[in-house]
Amino acid sequence: MVNTKDILETINMIHEENLDIRTITMGISLYDCVSEDEDRLCDKIYDKITTSAHDLVSVGGDIEKKYGIPIVNKRVSVTPISLVGGTLSPDGYIKVAKTLDRAAKVLGINFIGGFSALVQKGMTRGAENMISIIPEALTETDFVCSSVNVASTKAGINMDAIKLMGGAIKRAAYLTRDKDSIGCAKLVVFANVPEDNPFMAGAFHGIGEPENVINVGVSGPGVVSSAIKRAGDCDLSELADVIKKTAFKITRVGQLVASEAARALNTPFGIVDLSLAPTPAVGDSVAHILENMGLESCGAHGTTATLAMLNDAVKKGGVMASSHVGGLSGAFIPVSEDAGMIAAVERGALTLEKLEAMTAVCSVGLDMIAIPGDVPEDVICGIIADEIAIGVVNTKTTAVRVIPAYGKGAGDCIDYGGLLGRAPIMEINRYSPAKFINRGGRIPAPIHSLKN
Amino acid sequence: MKAVITVTGKDSVGIIAKVATECSKCDANIVDISQSVLSEYFAMIMLADIDKLNVPFADFVDLLASIGRENGLSINVMHEDIFNTMHHI
Repeated sequence: MVNTKDILETINMIHEENLDIRTITMGISLYDCVSEDEDRLCDKIYDKITTSAHDLVSVGGDIEKKYGIPIVNKRVSVTPISLVGGTLSPDGYIKVAKTLDRAAKVLGINFIGGFSALVQKGMTRGAENMISIIPEALTETDFVCSSVNVASTKAGINMDAIKLMGGAIKRAAYLTRDKDSIGCAKLVVFANVPEDNPFMAGAFHGIGEPENVINVGVSGPGVVSSAIKRAGDCDLSELADVIKKTAFKITRVGQLVASEAARALNTPFGIVDLSLAPTPAVGDSVAHILENMGLESCGAHGTTATLAMLNDAVKKGGVMASSHVGGLSGAFIPVSEDAGMIAAVERGALTLEKLEAMTAVCSVGLDMIAIPGDVPEDVICGIIADEIAIGVVNTKTTAVRVIPAYGKGAGDCIDYGGLLGRAPIMEINRYSPAKFINRGGRIPAPIHSLKN
Repeated sequence: MKAVITVTGKDSVGIIAKVATECSKCDANIVDISQSVLSEYFAMIMLADIDKLNVPFADFVDLLASIGRENGLSINVMHEDIFNTMHHI
C-alpha cells in the first residue's frame, strides 16, 4: 500500500514541479517501402506510417488520463530517408519530405524525424541528393525534422559533409527568414548519433532496429531542482545521492508509460531515454539546477564540473529504474528552450566557448544557439567541426543545432514560442577556419577506435 | 486494481459525500480514506477499488474532475501503479 507522503510527493512533482513525459516516439521501419517509382515510394511510406502509428495519439491520451501525468509530445521516427530513397533525384526527396509531413498532420503528432543521412565515412549519391535539398524540405514542411551524422569514433570525421552542412544551415536560415530562421531549429548535425533517440530534431529509426518500436523520453529538471533546494547545504556526495534518487523516480514513471504504451500499441518497447530535458517554462530549467547546486550563474567557472556531476548522477539513478536505457540519456543544455540558459546568456555569463566545454560532459551538444545571421559559412563549419571532434575523441554523442538568424545581429532575439522557446543572439569569434575546412577529406578516426 | 483519488480545496459541508456518491454511481468501491483539515483547507486521499467500474476509467477521471470544478475543489484521480512504480523498487 502506498503511503500518503509518497502520494503527495508524486502529485507535487506533476503539478508544481513540471514532471512530465516529454515524448512517446514510435520508430517505424520504412525498408519495405523501397520502390523504383517515386510516387509508389511516397504512397507506401504514407500508408506504412499512418497505419503503424494510427493509434499513437489516442493511446498517449489514454495513458495521460490513467496516470494523471502529462505526455507532452507524441512523435514518429522513421528509417533514415536517404537509405530508403536510394538514388531519388533531389525533387524526389522533397516529395518524400512532403509525404512525411502529410502523414504527421493526419496522425496529429507533433514532429516526425528521420529525414536523415548517415555519412560519417562518405556519401552515397542518394545521401548527397537528400542533403542538397534539406533546407528546401524544411521550408516546405511543418513537422519534418532532419539530421545528418557526419562523424563517428570508428570512422573519423567527414569534413566534406561538414562543409555541406555549414552551407545547408545558412540556406535553411535564409529560406525561413520570415520565421526567425526556424528551418535551422529542425536540423541537427551529429557525431556518434544514437539510433534509438526519441527526442527531436535528431530522432530516426536506426538500421538495427525492429519493424516498429516504442521509445520514451522523460523530463524533470524542475523535480531535480526542487530536490536539490530541499537538500540544503549538504556536501557533494550527499547531493549526488539526492539527484540519483530523484532521477530514479522520474525514470520509473518513464518506464511505466513506455511499457503501457508498448502494450497498448502492440509494439515492442525499445528504450527509456534518461535525459533531463528543459522547457522555457519557469521551474523547468537545467541551468537553474546548476545554480541551485551552487553557481552564481550558469556559465560561471565551475559550470562544467557541476554539470558533469549532475549528468553522471542522473544516469546512475535512472539506469536502475528502466529495463532498457538508450537514446541520448543525459542533461540537455539547449539555450532557447531553457529559461535559466537564456538569462545566463543575457547577463553575459554564458558564452559559446563555455557551452562547448559543457557539451564534453553532458548529452548532445551545442543546441538551439542563435548566432548573428551574417556569420560566414566557414565559421559555422568550424563550430560544427569543433563540437563533432569532442564527440569523436571522447566516444560520445555530440551535435550542433545553431541558428544563424537571417537579418539579425548580436543583442537581437529570436522567438518561436512553445517548446522551442526564444534565444538571445550571441556574438561569436569570427576568425576564419576557411583554409582548414576547404582542405576537405576525412579526419582519421582516433587511435582508441582500434579496440578490437 | 485501485485508483488514488486526491481532493484538495476550501473546506465545506458534504465534500466526502459528493465524492463518495459519484464513486458509488460508478461502482468504485472505497477501501480507504485519510483526511485532514488544516485551518480552512481540506485535503483528502481516497483509495478506491476500480475492478468493477461501470464506466471507462478516463470517464471516471473526468467525472470527478468536473465535480471538483463545480465545488471549487481540485480532484485528481490516478491509477495506483504510478505511485507503486515510483516509490517501490
